[in-house]
Amino acid sequence: MLRCGYALFWLLESVLLICVVSSVKGEAVVTREGSHLKLSESSHSNESQHGHSSNITGIPIISFKWHHVETPYLVAFWVLVSFLGKLVIEANHHVTSVIPESALLICFGFILGGMIWAADKVQTFRLTPTVFFFYLLPQVILDAGYHMPNKLFFTNLGGILVHAVIGTCWNAASLGLSLWGCQMGGAMGDLDIGLLQYLLFGSLMAAVDPVAVIAVFEQVHVNDVLFIMVFGESLLNDGVTVVLFNVFDAFVSLGGPKIDAAEIIKGIVSFFVVAFGGSLVGLVFGLLISLLTRCTKNIQIIEPGFIFVLGYLSYLTAEMLSLSAILSIVFCGMCCQKYINANMDENSVQTVRYAMKAFANGSETIIFVFLGISAIDKVIWVWNTGFILLTLLFVLVYRFIGVFFLTWILNRYRLVPLEFVDQVIMSYGGLRGAVAYGLAVMLDENKIKEKNLMVCTTLIVVYFTVILQGITMKPLVMWLKVKRAAVTEVSLLEKLTNKMFNHTLVAIEDISGQIGHNYMRSKWKYFEENWMSWILMKPSARKKQDQVFDVFHQLNLKDAMEYVTEGERRGSLEFVRNENSIIDFKKKSESESFDINNANMSNDHGAMSTTSRDPIPSVSLEMHEQIMKAVREAEAINAHHLLDQHLYKSRKQHRHRFSRSHFDINRDEKEVQEIFQRTMRNRMKSFTSAKMGVKPPKTIVKHTQKEQQQKMPNGKSMDKAKTSYSGDEGPNSVSFVHPAGIENPAFMPDLDPMDLLQIPPWLGESELDSSMVALSHRAQVDLPRTPSNLRRLAPLRISTRSTASFTLENIPDTQQMDSDQLQPPPPPPRPPRDDGYV
Amino acid sequence: MYNYKHYCKNLHKYIHIVDVCFFTVSQEQIKNLYQRFQQLSGNHEKISRDDLERIPALNNNPIRKQIITAFFDKRNQHQNDVGSLDEIGFEQFLMVMSHFRPVNSTATEEEKVTVRKQKLRFLFNMHDTDNDGIITLDEYRTVVEELLSQSGAIETEVARSIADAAMLEVASTNVPHMAPDDFYEGITFEHFEQILKGIEMESRMSIRFLDMNTATMRCGKLSS
Repeated sequence: MLRCGYALFWLLESVLLICVVSSVKGEAVVTREGSHLKLSESSHSNESQHGHSSNITGIPIISFKWHHVETPYLVAFWVLVSFLGKLVIEANHHVTSVIPESALLICFGFILGGMIWAADKVQTFRLTPTVFFFYLLPQVILDAGYHMPNKLFFTNLGGILVHAVIGTCWNAASLGLSLWGCQMGGAMGDLDIGLLQYLLFGSLMAAVDPVAVIAVFEQVHVNDVLFIMVFGESLLNDGVTVVLFNVFDAFVSLGGPKIDAAEIIKGIVSFFVVAFGGSLVGLVFGLLISLLTRCTKNIQIIEPGFIFVLGYLSYLTAEMLSLSAILSIVFCGMCCQKYINANMDENSVQTVRYAMKAFANGSETIIFVFLGISAIDKVIWVWNTGFILLTLLFVLVYRFIGVFFLTWILNRYRLVPLEFVDQVIMSYGGLRGAVAYGLAVMLDENKIKEKNLMVCTTLIVVYFTVILQGITMKPLVMWLKVKRAAVTEVSLLEKLTNKMFNHTLVAIEDISGQIGHNYMRSKWKYFEENWMSWILMKPSARKKQDQVFDVFHQLNLKDAMEYVTEGERRGSLEFVRNENSIIDFKKKSESESFDINNANMSNDHGAMSTTSRDPIPSVSLEMHEQIMKAVREAEAINAHHLLDQHLYKSRKQHRHRFSRSHFDINRDEKEVQEIFQRTMRNRMKSFTSAKMGVKPPKTIVKHTQKEQQQKMPNGKSMDKAKTSYSGDEGPNSVSFVHPAGIENPAFMPDLDPMDLLQIPPWLGESELDSSMVALSHRAQVDLPRTPSNLRRLAPLRISTRSTASFTLENIPDTQQMDSDQLQPPPPPPRPPRDDGYV
Repeated sequence: MYNYKHYCKNLHKYIHIVDVCFFTVSQEQIKNLYQRFQQLSGNHEKISRDDLERIPALNNNPIRKQIITAFFDKRNQHQNDVGSLDEIGFEQFLMVMSHFRPVNSTATEEEKVTVRKQKLRFLFNMHDTDNDGIITLDEYRTVVEELLSQSGAIETEVARSIADAAMLEVASTNVPHMAPDDFYEGITFEHFEQILKGIEMESRMSIRFLDMNTATMRCGKLSS
């Protein structure tokens, strides 16, 4: 059966593929026509336009103006085609699990290129350096920089820099020199390439390409250190390789004889100036972004745009100053990530992340597809077996030698040495990619006679590394048993312990009197917290930056969400109760009341005492069971009735207003008020119809008061996770504070307005009951309120307190009047709009 | 120069100590540590709490107290002894330091496990102040409060609830089906180990004692 399903799936998929391909074919024909239009009619276009204007006798209703939209149309169309290609490829999971996506995209590019070639007999589309370096590369690099795990990166910075700078230079020099040597030895026949040209070629081949590396390593999930070594290296050595390329390019155009020691020294100096200057430009722009996001509160919608625009500007600025643009944008992303994440609104941060990924992934796709398309071009294919094979061999061999040698040196200084298998993977992960191709295309044909051979060789190396090495990477990782990345959950204890032993390590270093990594890190952190954050972060954001707090916050959110989903899964019926359960509960609570009282007495003294437990959880559990067992139908009817009664939805609720500058749903005060009034009216009706007079058990009232008193000191402290229940702190803003009360009225149909209204005992009672019953035990344990007065640790303490407190508070004061206990805090003043609901 | 002689006399013993705990260090390293020890103790044979508290670099450390206590804790001396010392000699100092040794790349799996356990135990002992084998909520809260006290943004109240949350997390992972009346007393060492198995303790909790700060070393020599 399963097999059959698979077969069917396959069939479907192939049909789909064929469909897509044929449609693409069709489109290709269109584009061919388009390009024909462009080629053949471009000369005629003037005439034809001329002719048009003279021929016009009336206003044409429809006119076909292809040339008018041609360029943007083609661009958009190619983007679409690449995306569709990706779509098809990603739909086949069993293929992508074997062959990396990048390789498949290149193959897809081959097919497309073939079709264009077949149609046009000439390759009209190819990746030009301008497009690549100006429009495709920046966002990929920015994304990489922005999502860089900073701590990991800086911990391994030494190793990364050694590999990126020395390794790249080594690769360039060794490849260039060996090829030159081979040519001298006569291994490649007659080629017009000098030593400098060879070095130039070596420098463009030297860089490991981040795009290819990320694409492959993302699917392999190797351990963190290995990943950051390969990834960081590939990012930085892109910068290095471009610099090297420029230096050698200058040398080549200068010509061999004119190069003396001074020029070489200048070249070396310019290498460092370009690299560090680029990084500096990036840092400056990063800081600029951070500063800017401090004050973008009022323009939240375009806030994310700043990051992209300024990031791009940093790239262009560096390019303008002939500094390393790639390094610039990498550092820009790395530098600003922390501050903008803290400064900007949560939504904007999400937007930035998604947009960044969308851009990067999109342009990555386009790059690979076009790498494939570029191959199908007769012009560039100049075959020279010796040159090509030797290049392939040297690239591979020297990469291995370089990595092993450098790691051997590094390992002497590393606390955790890189293992042998790691080194193998690092060497094998030396994928070449689009940067090399882009640089190769940029070569000047006048200065380098064999440009086409170089381009062709570069392409072959790229295909070889991306496709073959990419495919074999995963099996190799498996076979060598490389340590994989552990899938870690966010655990608060882990975070805390981590923090703890970071401090411990620093302390031990201090005690043993040495200056190590930890010492430096703690000093930096101190500086960062005291100065950088102070300048670059919003005051309100500084609070949130602590990671532990972050995890804590996330856990709270998760809990709240689970609670809500749990409620939804049960159809929110917990909030609905039938008569039976009330009676049951009353009996229960009466028998239990003594215990409650006792428990409370003891709690009064050791409010936080860990040992005392309240019997209520068990009660509520039982109640819960009973409700569950209750007749479903009756419940459903009841529910419907209640929903009808209470869940008034404003007519306007889902009206989407269009606004460019705001993105709120339903904040209109009038709407809120209307809902509020309607609900009130319904409430009043049910009030008159309900029977009166059942007082809630006295003991519970006492409980309430104690709760309230206890709660007050806590209640004031910071509550950022402003849950709807916290509304009772601000007296008359009750229903206006919480959008939750409107968006999901099912959840607390009658909680909020309680303060304002003399609630019938029936309702008050049931209210109390509802909360007792409603919260499952788990929810009671886990449900966070606000960080300050939440009771996450319920089993260790009194678990119902939190839930009881806010519901019981709602019991009208008049009923408490006769109890000779302490008065609760003064009832909230009535809002001025009382008249609205009478 | 008495101390140096004393040091030379005992060198074999020290090397023995560190060999016992797989503490692969050279004589040079021990010498460095010894000099530092002397510098801290002001040329005495023993070092006291005050000596450690005087280290200026430690002032910014939120858990300074715990760490200093750990040095004087008998549990960290690889003997099954309980209690705390008033002063420690160089041997004990070395013993505590040995918790932070890096693992040899040639170490077998077994050795790695032992080392990991030792490191974890050290950390656990820092939490478990009353040595009952359990980190109770109160103990944990104290540590967390102090840990977070430095970052001014987090108030004691929040730190407390963070500790609570962490504790609850441990409870819910280790005792998944807790009955409503159950009571989680605290984190035992096994639970601690279980929770932290994701962290590569053996590689992360180690310090290189090789590259000594020459400045302080010179100071040490001057004072001797």
